[in-house]
Amino acid sequence: MLRIPCPFCGTRDHSEFSYGGDASVDYPALDAPAEAWLEAVFQRENIDGVQEETWQHLHGCRMWIIVERDTRTHEIHSVRPAHPGMAQTQSPERGPADRS
Amino acid sequence: MTARRLPNSGHIDRTQALSFTWDGEPLKGYAGDTLASALLANNQQVLGRSFKYHRPRGLMSAGVEESGALVTVGQGARRDANVRATTQELYHGLVAQGQNAWPSVRLDVGAVNGLFGRFFSAGFYYKTFMGLPPFEWGRGTGMWMRYEKIIRKAAGMGKASRAPDPDPYEHAHAYCELLVVGSGPAGRAAALSAAQAGLDVVLVEQDAVLGGDSLSQPQARADLAQEIKTLSTAGVRLMPRTTAFGLYDGGVAGLLERVTDHVATPAPWMPRQRFWTLRAQYTVVAAGALERHVAFGNNDRPGVMTANSARIYLNRFGIRGGEDILIATNNDSAYSCAQNLAQAGAHIKLIDARDTVPRQLRAQAEQSGIALHTGMAPLNALGTKGVTAVELAQGNPGNWRQAGVVECDLALISGGWSPIVNLLSHRGIQPVWDAQQACFLPAPTTEPLALAGSAAGIWDQAACVRSGQAATQCALAHLAGQPVPKADQPSGGWEGAITPLYEVSVPRRNPKAFVDPQHDVTTEDIRLAHREGYVSVEHLKRYTTLGMATDQGKMGNIIGLALMAQALGKEIPEVGTTTFRPPYTPISIGALKGRNIGGHFRPLRRTPLHDWNLKQGGTMTMAGLWHRPWYFAGTGETIGDAYVREAETVRRTVGLCDVTSLGKIAIQGPDATELLNRVYSNPFAKLPVGKARYGIMLRDDGFVMDDGTSWRLGETEYFMTTTTAHAGKVMAFLEELLQTRWSNLRVHVTSVSEQWAGVAVAGPLSRQVLESCTEDPGCVADSTLPFMGVLETTLKGGIPCRIARISFSGERAFEVYVPSDFGPTVMQALWDSARPLRGCLYGLEALGALRIEKGHVTGAELDGRVTVEDAGLGRMASDKKSYIGSALRKRPDMTRKNRPRLVGIFPRDRREIFNAGSLLCAADHVEGYGEGWITAVTHSPALGHWIGLGFINGGYGEWQNREVIAADPLRKGNTGVEIVSPHMFDADGERVYG
Ligand SMILES: [Zn+2]
Repeated sequence: MLRIPCPFCGTRDHSEFSYGGDASVDYPALDAPAEAWLEAVFQRENIDGVQEETWQHLHGCRMWIIVERDTRTHEIHSVRPAHPGMAQTQSPERGPADRS
Repeated sequence: MTARRLPNSGHIDRTQALSFTWDGEPLKGYAGDTLASALLANNQQVLGRSFKYHRPRGLMSAGVEESGALVTVGQGARRDANVRATTQELYHGLVAQGQNAWPSVRLDVGAVNGLFGRFFSAGFYYKTFMGLPPFEWGRGTGMWMRYEKIIRKAAGMGKASRAPDPDPYEHAHAYCELLVVGSGPAGRAAALSAAQAGLDVVLVEQDAVLGGDSLSQPQARADLAQEIKTLSTAGVRLMPRTTAFGLYDGGVAGLLERVTDHVATPAPWMPRQRFWTLRAQYTVVAAGALERHVAFGNNDRPGVMTANSARIYLNRFGIRGGEDILIATNNDSAYSCAQNLAQAGAHIKLIDARDTVPRQLRAQAEQSGIALHTGMAPLNALGTKGVTAVELAQGNPGNWRQAGVVECDLALISGGWSPIVNLLSHRGIQPVWDAQQACFLPAPTTEPLALAGSAAGIWDQAACVRSGQAATQCALAHLAGQPVPKADQPSGGWEGAITPLYEVSVPRRNPKAFVDPQHDVTTEDIRLAHREGYVSVEHLKRYTTLGMATDQGKMGNIIGLALMAQALGKEIPEVGTTTFRPPYTPISIGALKGRNIGGHFRPLRRTPLHDWNLKQGGTMTMAGLWHRPWYFAGTGETIGDAYVREAETVRRTVGLCDVTSLGKIAIQGPDATELLNRVYSNPFAKLPVGKARYGIMLRDDGFVMDDGTSWRLGETEYFMTTTTAHAGKVMAFLEELLQTRWSNLRVHVTSVSEQWAGVAVAGPLSRQVLESCTEDPGCVADSTLPFMGVLETTLKGGIPCRIARISFSGERAFEVYVPSDFGPTVMQALWDSARPLRGCLYGLEALGALRIEKGHVTGAELDGRVTVEDAGLGRMASDKKSYIGSALRKRPDMTRKNRPRLVGIFPRDRREIFNAGSLLCAADHVEGYGEGWITAVTHSPALGHWIGLGFINGGYGEWQNREVIAADPLRKGNTGVEIVSPHMFDADGERVYG
């Protein structure tokens, strides 16, 4: 079982979260050509190492977060809100609200 | 073997005698006994029959590694098979039986298998049966299955009860800063020093009593009792009878607590076992080490066991296992055992495979009257149902010659020690071979865990204590975020070095020598596998089944690896080892399921109208997690009668249906319209306030995700409904879009599914029903609330409500939503006005009939592989705007003409019935996957015969007037059908305007 430090709730079991997908994908504009969408929707790297992935704290605050995780060890390097505005309000000084 | 309980020794409670039965024979033991020690005290030798050869087996150990005394405990539904007698606590009235034998373990007819031993060698099944001709003809599977049944009967273990498990189990959760696994000297030292440093500590011990190896020391236990009291006072949470069976990511440990397995009649409210998920910041593994056997002839005879287990039976249980005892060792550890047994009055012959023995040990042995011979090892055990003598070998490992016979009634073996590194293996930490200690030790790791005691290969007790304290220092440093110090306690601690000894044999003699006694894997099996070309340990394991029994190789793995290495001409580290996986010891399925059975198997969602529906005689059905009314049967009505009547009534007068389970989402903010316009495939930009619109959402890949309606309540506010099945998915997707892709949109989405109760009021008289319930009857008039109109108003009694004129049934209909708490009141009011109009309550079955007649799609059709065009809704999807899925829905394969399209289905003979799930095939080609499939069927009251919805390649245009077969080979067989337009009733949709 992974333990994910939610930036809003603190460290929680991964069973509270649902996996989204590859957080490095830049989704194209809605009117972008099909090729760009094919790339974004179907083309994935199978990373052996650290990757960024989106998770939602589904059974918690329901926020989408970006988790930097090592696919080999499951070690979690960092977690931040997926919403860029939210991420800004959580400056490093304030740190994640870890009330595990 | 002549085992007997000695007077006044051991740590059992002699004031509490316990009666139990073994294979029907009444016996007595004491509180504090295990089943194994009680059987031993009663001099019971043959306790089991082996897996393949049905050889008699007795106690081989005193712990979790036991591979001989596997017994069946309990009766009836509580019969538990393959229980290790060594870990089962004795209780009053315990009923135990031998297994894999008939009529009993002492006299087993199946033992004849032993005579045909060569048929059961490694890979025998595969080689013999897989090669039979039927396999070449492609009919082999049936043949194999027949043989397999016979083989399974001949080889086997205990039989589980087939009755449902009557015992309750529980899941529990806990958190601590430091988890200590094992309560031996190292574990206790770690726990105490950590608690004194202020840490929150949990100490788990698989045994019923805390103490670990200290329990098998001859000294009094007063010190130990005091030490445990100190631990408890210091705040350590002590968890005996609890096995840490697995370590997982994030410091999570799986624990199994056996709560009442030792109690004769447990209180009915107590769980039998408790499955703990413990989250620890740091873990100290002080799990100890297991003593190894040595492979020699007939080393599985009852009366052959590990040296340390005899020491445990003597010092902890007060039982001397024999009178004339042969002890064979290759290391220092067996000497204290020899001394203890000699002091207990046994005649001891001690043979040591080493040429030289430390002087001090030799002197101790001589003082205790022990005859010590060096350079000797056991070659072959004699005796059938118990050892009577052992043939010896002289020389050194790899070069033995036969050297006489020694009579004995107990043979104790110490082949060295294997630290219990299983838990680290769970974390992906591969053990490393330490040639000096002849054992695997865990490799250094960055995981938040440390090893202590003999689990780290430390044999000296004082050093074990120091290693426990050192492990606590590591924990403290880790918790403080400081660099973790390196372990400074070196492994080892014996005076003389161990001489590796795995097998003893001499040329031209090859009695059966067991490596993995539980699966009857012999030294010859390993060599056979090698001769047949197996070089990888992982393959060797699977081919010979070495280490695949319930002990997971605790007893035989290392010997097997050593033999394989020898056969390959390599060293053990080059051969490697297999990976240990959780659980460390077997855990019951019951503990895994906990309370999640029966009604608690999954969460249950009830609508606010649930009780009301039941009171009206509703029969419920599951829709996802929801309980929804299925049908409301009148007196004497079947489900078929009921839903047909309900559907008919809706078309004739009016019906009410609880639709609360639909997903409901509040969408608020200046950019609400923009959001909807981007997620729905049809236009939403110009939906006026006070209007609702049916909408279809696609996924990024262009397939349909869900359909529903959105109601514009105000300039910046919408009320969205989704299907019951996809409510959660749609909500999470909207949140994802707003937080990850479109963070600049000023919109909030809030699930309000639980806040609103919903009722569909459908049928020609639906408006009349609403008129008598609204405060202003005029508000639901056609002029103020036309088709797709939306209204926020109040019902009589001042109850706020939202009404939209939406129809799923094809009739004039309304969806009425009120705050959940008002649900039953409002439903009652609606029913009070619908009943006099000869209206009805209707359930999911009638809802289905009505929507199938209309060709409206739902979850059965929108299965994730369907495009808007497939669902017959292509015209709704906009070509003028861009939205989620608009780019990829134009891919060539998704736009090809002959994709399966939604169609209606009639039976050719209108009296016929057909089934959902049938394949649609051209009449002249009923084969393979056919041309399509049927998703839903119903009897149509409006049309008077059975109808269906489904998909067929090319759709209605391609198949009208062609002969089609609905093929249902496993149930109904073939039915001739006609493909029709999916709009089977009121195709022009006039009735919604009523
Ligand atoms: Zn959260």
